[in-house]
Amino acid sequence: MAIAHKGKDSAKPLHIGPSKWYAAPALLLFGLFALLPLVGVVILSFMTWDGLGAVSFNGIDNWARMLADPLVLNGLRLTLILTIVSWAVQTPICILLGVFMAGTQRYRAFLAVFYFLPLLFSSTAVAIAWKNLLDPSFGIGKAFGVSWMAHNWLGDPKTALWVIVIVVSWCFIPLHSLLYQGAVRQIPQTMYEAATIDGAGSIRQFFSITLPQIKYTIATDSTLIIVGSLTYFDLVYVMTSGGPGNATRLLPLDMYLKGFKSYDMGGASVVGVIILALGITMSLILNKISGSDKMDSQMEGV
Amino acid sequence: MIRINNKQYNIIGGLLGWIWLAIVIIPIYYIVITSLRSQGDIFTANPLSLPRPTLGAYQRVFANNFLLYVSNSVFVTIMTVTIILVASFMVSYMIVRRSDAFSRTVYKLIITGLAIPMQATIIPVYYIIIHIGLYDTLWAIILPSAAFAIPISVMILVNFLRDVPQSLFEAMSVDGATEFQTMIKLALPMVKPALITVLIYDALNVWNGFLFPLILTQSASNRVIPLSLWLFQGQFTVDIPGILAAVVISVLPILTAYIFGRRQMIAGLTAGFGK
Repeated sequence: MAIAHKGKDSAKPLHIGPSKWYAAPALLLFGLFALLPLVGVVILSFMTWDGLGAVSFNGIDNWARMLADPLVLNGLRLTLILTIVSWAVQTPICILLGVFMAGTQRYRAFLAVFYFLPLLFSSTAVAIAWKNLLDPSFGIGKAFGVSWMAHNWLGDPKTALWVIVIVVSWCFIPLHSLLYQGAVRQIPQTMYEAATIDGAGSIRQFFSITLPQIKYTIATDSTLIIVGSLTYFDLVYVMTSGGPGNATRLLPLDMYLKGFKSYDMGGASVVGVIILALGITMSLILNKISGSDKMDSQMEGV
Repeated sequence: MIRINNKQYNIIGGLLGWIWLAIVIIPIYYIVITSLRSQGDIFTANPLSLPRPTLGAYQRVFANNFLLYVSNSVFVTIMTVTIILVASFMVSYMIVRRSDAFSRTVYKLIITGLAIPMQATIIPVYYIIIHIGLYDTLWAIILPSAAFAIPISVMILVNFLRDVPQSLFEAMSVDGATEFQTMIKLALPMVKPALITVLIYDALNVWNGFLFPLILTQSASNRVIPLSLWLFQGQFTVDIPGILAAVVISVLPILTAYIFGRRQMIAGLTAGFGK
């Protein structure tokens, strides 16, 4: 609401450019549904609210409760595991696929057309498809007549989280490998030519030219994967609803279930703030590690 | 020696390429053929064998009000994307054309949204939607979806607008064009490719969005496709071909767009990278 005021002092000085009112629609929307909620989630984390009735202040009650809640700790642990494992699984595959797609051979361009198909599906569709695909009684495990494959992968607490890693990778590897494809194509061809003259083989070239040349892309892409994995909700919710038991109850899912199933909006807001803090901290740390403020300079549109 | 190495590498590379193709295609193949199977076949046939195709599953899906959900999704997507494009284009134009503290502050404020996992704020979004009386309407999906898409859209458009030569703007103002005319007649055609990228990226996100419909709508008359897929799954538990047929239907419009405009689609899909 405060945003509307900002337009008021636009006394139409023509030389400065367009009136401040040009910002009004975007600021109104962004202010009401993005900035206000950002403040709101912090405020609500100190409130009691069941989602329907009145909101009342209860101090640090929610925080004390949530920080002692084994489900929050469990969610935090699972989220960190998922983040690390999906980064470790996706990054090497993405780099290899990116190098593969950067090649000029025609069949590679042809294969790349199919690589992007998973991106067209919604997370819900992907989750439903894989859930059926992995069903022990009519899923793909039955196709090869190997009994261990017809395991109830999603129903077993020991394997459910790994299935999620695989499905997440299936969805997002094409997207990330595209980033590497672009990066590899920007490496000057002369570097490879010089290396070939020096007698370096392709594998050697990959490790001494390609990898060092794409290190900034690796840093950027790692940030995307890591911050992105804090937000997996749809996929996990539809596939497992957090189960079996609480084996896949990641933080975002824990927040949803606390808020909309247990009607503990205050507690859910605490979890929301934790997710926000994790996301922001991780972006900042990764930005520092990658040396330059590369994300910033990209955002500034240099 | 060099040649042998290159060849080895190509074999390894090629092998990887084909293996990844199989990983991508087999699940999709499974979805499609299972949606064409008759219900009785599901538990007896080999899951990867070709069935005697039947469209029964598709009929059952459409008999279940699916057309209403499709039209809700179409409405939500069109409205959201229109709002995003108008709001983001206007603010981006102001950011690029005005060089004062206000414009810089607005840009910084909006861009900050990129570094924040917005899903973490769903509880207050829910609170706001209830209090402005939009709960369980299609607008409850449209407005927050549009707001969340503004940072990335503005970033892409601003980057693009900055590349428009300053002399063109000056020529317009010499001709006595107002800012609004300059925006429509000069800036709009110049950023068309960026607008298309933003449009595709946002349209896909909204069409596929699940979280907002899940928490902000309730009744069947306001149901969109991703939510209905999930509910089908709950209520059709025994009708596997039916569920997968709904999945196929949900992806068909996007697949069509991909077939006809692959390059623009990929540009749109990767817009999230903030390049």
